[in-house]
Amino acid sequence: MAVAISWRENRLVQDRIKRAIAYTIVMIMAFAYIFPLYWLVVTALKTDVEIFQQPPPIFPPDPQWQNFGASTTYIPFWRYMWNTIAISGLTVLGTVLSCTFIAYGFARIQWPGRNILFLIYLSTIMLPSQVTLIPLYLIFRDLGWVGTFLPLVVPHFFGSALYVFLLRQFLLTIPQELSDAARIDGASELGILWHVMIPLMRPALAVVALFTFVQTYRDFLGPLIYLQNQQDWTISLGLKLFQNMYGAQWQLMMAASTLAMLPTIALFFFTQKTFVRGIALTGLKG
Amino acid sequence: MGWGAFLMTIAIRRPRLSKQQRRSLLIGLLFISPAIVGFTLFNIGPIIQSLQYSFTRYNILQPPRYVGLNNYLFLLEDRVFKIGIQNTLYMVLIGLPIHLVFNMLMALLLNTKIKGLSIYRSIFYVPSITPVVASTIVWLWIFNGQFGILNEFLRFIGLRPIGWLTDPNWVKPSLIFMGAWFGGNTILIYLAGLQDVPHDLLESAELDGANALQKTFRITLPMISPVIFYTIIVNVIGYFQYFTEAWVMTSTRDGSAGGVANSAMFYSMYLYQTAFQQFKMGYASAQAWILFMIVLVATLILFKTSRWVYYHAEE
Repeated sequence: MAVAISWRENRLVQDRIKRAIAYTIVMIMAFAYIFPLYWLVVTALKTDVEIFQQPPPIFPPDPQWQNFGASTTYIPFWRYMWNTIAISGLTVLGTVLSCTFIAYGFARIQWPGRNILFLIYLSTIMLPSQVTLIPLYLIFRDLGWVGTFLPLVVPHFFGSALYVFLLRQFLLTIPQELSDAARIDGASELGILWHVMIPLMRPALAVVALFTFVQTYRDFLGPLIYLQNQQDWTISLGLKLFQNMYGAQWQLMMAASTLAMLPTIALFFFTQKTFVRGIALTGLKG
Repeated sequence: MGWGAFLMTIAIRRPRLSKQQRRSLLIGLLFISPAIVGFTLFNIGPIIQSLQYSFTRYNILQPPRYVGLNNYLFLLEDRVFKIGIQNTLYMVLIGLPIHLVFNMLMALLLNTKIKGLSIYRSIFYVPSITPVVASTIVWLWIFNGQFGILNEFLRFIGLRPIGWLTDPNWVKPSLIFMGAWFGGNTILIYLAGLQDVPHDLLESAELDGANALQKTFRITLPMISPVIFYTIIVNVIGYFQYFTEAWVMTSTRDGSAGGVANSAMFYSMYLYQTAFQQFKMGYASAQAWILFMIVLVATLILFKTSRWVYYHAEE
């Protein structure tokens, strides 16, 4: 008996030590992850003298809040922000609309050849975008679309295999009886989609919308290829311009970068649950 | 006569679709029609065109001219292309495993019933949703040879500063170091998988006297092996296309990129330069097709060697 108790106490102590070690490592790592963002904001608040001081001040004695305002005038910041949000918004609209229809067709209607077509469609997830990059560029050039938002937005109105997959998985979990009941009541497929499925799909649609928005907002290569007039640029292209033109003005570049990050970070904090659920969903496909 | 009989047999043998089935086929196709159009216009069509262009010389101004296998033969002797492949393989074979193992360790750490999990989860995830260009600019400043905080730290502890982005031996490790910071997405995917591992399984293993290491390697990791496999596939494909971080880190005002002695020249960067700076569309298409084949073979190898992936019955 005594032996059993001491074994147990031993376990408890061991557990507590392990827990303490885990906490310490997590805290150190959390600090390491936050540090670059902290350094970004702190550098944004320094004067042009302080950024080159050695050793660098860990916090500026006199924070230069006006750097944020100044950074938005070096490049047409708000214009680039608006372009980015417009492109991302339209992309979200196209993706959500088209993927809803496609996923419904693949999940809720029984038709011959459905599964094999779905597999073929799904395989496009693995296609590196570089393979289609050049022909697409040439097609859009022939259409006169290069230099507009269209090449960045229009393809998204024709579905995206990953999100179709995600929505299809979700639709498959909804009991068939719901559709059957609606069909007996004389509802059309469109009616079922609109009145029965869409209300149920809301959480999944939110995931698709959020992921698409963040993905488009972060994109660099697409805008780099297709947006040729400076006034059409996205914020990512604008920041790169900043770096090329005013490379020594680190404090202003940091201020602009901070502002450029705010929309996605804010979005994340308001919709954390949706994000976390969505990530779990994407990982489950293995 | 023989022909007529043949047609008759087909007509009889062939499973005819009932009226109901034909109706649902039509409606089904109607619903997925955006995908059919998109697949044709934005995937299959361009893939075939890309193959065609790869056999031509095409500078956009003049119509494409057929040159046979010349583009592919040139690639064999293209020194920068070769460096691009080597650097990209470095990223896929060294950078990616480091990132995935690191992300898994972080997920295992977060899975120890730690308090304040949602806060840590946010901290590790937020970098991965920041615009790549914006956060790469911070890292440029952190890595800065003269004023960067990393070298400041090295000097502080009495070490010699490192040319993080200027020394050809250091630039890829630096990119991998920075890449770990962007990995929050994978950490959260792993964490979600870990949280689904049945507790009774771990408890019964514990009763049988398994220690933490044994539990991790014998139960936890096999149980989430489908998730691991998924992240490997997705990231191998992604890392072969590695572009933005290296481009922002190394590109200069005149549009050149790739760092000192092309030490940070990656496949996609060279492809971009060939296509959109030198306007050699045919040559770039050949590169695109080689990349396609490499990714295809890599994916096939991964699937063929996926016997270690354990799918439990209920899924």
